[in-house]
Amino acid sequence: MANYYTDNKDLKFHLTHPLMEKIVRLKERNFEETNKYDFAPMDYEDAQDSFDKVLDVVGEICGDIIAPNAESVDAEGPEIVDNHVVYAPGTEVNIDALRKAGLMGMSLPRRFDGLNFPIVPYIMAADIVSRADAGFVNIWGLQDCAETINEFASEEQKMKYLPRVSAGATMAMDLTEPDAGSDLQAVQLKATWDEEKGTWLLNGVKRFITNGDGDIALVLARSEAGTKDGRGLSMYVYDRNNGGVIVRRLEHKMGIIGSPTCELVFKDAPAELVGDRKLGLIKYVMALMNGARLGIHAQSVGVSEAAYREALEYAKERMQFGKAIIRFPAVYEMITTMKAKLDASRTLLYETARFVDMYKTYMHISEERKLEKEERQEMKKYQKLADIYTPLGKGLASEICNQLAYDAVQIHGGSGFMKDYPVERIYRDARITSIYEGTTQLQVVAAIRGVTTGGYLAQIREYEAQKITPELEYLRRTLIILTDDYEQAVKKVVETNDNEFIDFHARRMVEMAGHIIMSYLLVLDSARDASFTKSAKVFIKLTKSLVKGHAEFIRSSVMEDLGSYKIDLE
Amino acid sequence: MKGFKIIVLAKQVPDTRNVGKDAMKADGTVNRAALPAIFNPEDLNALEQALRIKDKFPGSTITVLTMGPGRAAEIIREGLFRGADDGILLTDRAFAGSDTLATSYAISQTLKKYGKFDMIIAGRQAIDGDTAQVGPQVAEKMGLPQVTYAEEIQAIENGKITIKRRLERGVEVVKCSLPLVITVNGSAPECRARNAKLIMKYKHAKTVTELQVANDDYIQLYNDRPYLNIKEWTVQDIEVNMEELGLTGSPTKVKKVENVVLQSKEAKVITSSDDDINQLMTELIENHTIG
Repeated sequence: MANYYTDNKDLKFHLTHPLMEKIVRLKERNFEETNKYDFAPMDYEDAQDSFDKVLDVVGEICGDIIAPNAESVDAEGPEIVDNHVVYAPGTEVNIDALRKAGLMGMSLPRRFDGLNFPIVPYIMAADIVSRADAGFVNIWGLQDCAETINEFASEEQKMKYLPRVSAGATMAMDLTEPDAGSDLQAVQLKATWDEEKGTWLLNGVKRFITNGDGDIALVLARSEAGTKDGRGLSMYVYDRNNGGVIVRRLEHKMGIIGSPTCELVFKDAPAELVGDRKLGLIKYVMALMNGARLGIHAQSVGVSEAAYREALEYAKERMQFGKAIIRFPAVYEMITTMKAKLDASRTLLYETARFVDMYKTYMHISEERKLEKEERQEMKKYQKLADIYTPLGKGLASEICNQLAYDAVQIHGGSGFMKDYPVERIYRDARITSIYEGTTQLQVVAAIRGVTTGGYLAQIREYEAQKITPELEYLRRTLIILTDDYEQAVKKVVETNDNEFIDFHARRMVEMAGHIIMSYLLVLDSARDASFTKSAKVFIKLTKSLVKGHAEFIRSSVMEDLGSYKIDLE
Repeated sequence: MKGFKIIVLAKQVPDTRNVGKDAMKADGTVNRAALPAIFNPEDLNALEQALRIKDKFPGSTITVLTMGPGRAAEIIREGLFRGADDGILLTDRAFAGSDTLATSYAISQTLKKYGKFDMIIAGRQAIDGDTAQVGPQVAEKMGLPQVTYAEEIQAIENGKITIKRRLERGVEVVKCSLPLVITVNGSAPECRARNAKLIMKYKHAKTVTELQVANDDYIQLYNDRPYLNIKEWTVQDIEVNMEELGLTGSPTKVKKVENVVLQSKEAKVITSSDDDINQLMTELIENHTIG
């Protein structure tokens, strides 16, 4: 009888952020569908009430079904039967529950049987599901591939595939190959047009494909024979009902065991081209990946929440030296720091989700009518913010998730190392978050633009100018000093105009920016709800030591330093 | 094919599964304020059986019938959120204090007024009273066959329904003709969760009384969308003998409520022979369990 939504008041806090009213109005086109669909909202309050009630169901299913199944799903995992994936029994139960509750296709438009929810409540559902079972969220969360179909596919394809997603079809994004991982330009899966059959046929191998045997897959393939780079790649949609793909192998993984990671063999698999040829990687996969990265950010937050709760519970119950271990400074510092990091990671998640909501909604509106000048400017502003916040959030939140999982096991001591407690699974599940959909190192590569173009700094200055309560003023003063440190460090590095030197310090600079941003967000949260003040204070202490440390590292760093790190391969 | 017309009997009950110190008042009655009001768990099992029939036989309709105070309308909304088509709240001061006999009388009179249906599905018993009497009494009063302890409805063919029953020492599969009353055991599958679209569709559904007290910005809706009006029936809407309702219609009297510690470890098996029953009655009267 647990409810993972109502037992966590922080979720509702983020759901009701002031910007939500604008997002909902835009998303609902001023509530024009009120009388067209019996489940469309009448006004903002009505929409908020709907989000709240639907998330209540998500929380209930997570607490009562998905979380209790997590242990058996982790133990049993999926298997291959007759070249196809059979999920663990618990996974099937989870999918059935979510399907019947109508929680697939949450963000799709109503005309495709979706709920037309903004990204924020959808991502909140992902946050909640991840806390219940980090492996399962992959199967459920791949529904955001549908967003890419909705953005780029033809109307006919949308009508064909999207209602199926809303009805519960699962999805996959088939990108990676044995020789094309981080470097997707090397994709070789062949797409050839068959004049006789009047269809594209796919041939080749994909590897490490999450939920690779899902009902509908987006596949990146080389449509332009003889090309070698990303410009020869196109995006296809493959329908499992048509056959032509077999699952050759399931990976044996450290964590997220319930989520099948497949090696797929395509043999004349029929598929439809999505959008334009040659834009597969450069346009569509980037959109797909950005959606997926936001999803991994949500997964990281959900797993962090699970880790924090397990740690807190255990520390309160475990008695040593005649008292609960949470009474020892070494332990309570860990617990409180975990909560601060969790809050920081989550507030960054919803800030990013709001940016994505603003920009994507304007983008969809721009397909219906010409945007006003102000609207166009807003769209561009939020697109830029979404672009620099998405990798920042995914990168930092997944690292925080790993830190929290580590600390949660540590607090359990020897017991945490045993399979008897959920933290053991959480620790294994957490590990993937900083690896897939681009490692943290690659998120830094994407995020560094936000540093070098001044995008983060401009946004930090905006936070700095926002109204807060006088009690929080001293926190802002600290952050202003730290922002100066950041600015100087960036200036020094960027002025060298040396790409290797910039790359060398990139992570430090991205971390500095990210920590200042999360700190500001926590201060702003505290201004809206005093219960976040403790986390704001604690997190700013962390930010201070991190920023000062990194600033000092950069201040005393000279070009020759690189030589001390380079590895001689001769 | 055309579907079936199904009535689900449901009750709003205090959540006695999480009883705290203040669950009972000093006078021995249930302190309802201290316990959250919930959909009686086995009635949810019953609703799930009805929903499965609806899944299998499209065109079937489910009406949730509940008797209780005004706030029991929540049970009907909960039913709508899960896939029921409509509901009736039977509510009147005249029903207050009803025991199972008076309750089953009121419900069966309502059903007679309701018209034709193919089956009535109810939970085996409610967690507040644990009597398991209302379902069977309704069947008796309506002159319908009853199948109790149902766990799975296996088939409906040619006007006959096949039901698996969960008994003390095993299962039994029985066939029965429609219409009938089925009471569902807690071992039957759990009810599905509320559905997102149905929640959004029906969340404004209200009874007439709720509409009067609600400060509702959406009042226009109730004319535009008839399905948002939950039927609320009082004694005026059904034909009843007032004597048989409420406290006056309830032979059950609560004499005293006390905490008991269960001491007897062994169960006693009593056969249905006259001797055994006589013996049992004597015992129960002697120790003042009854009488």
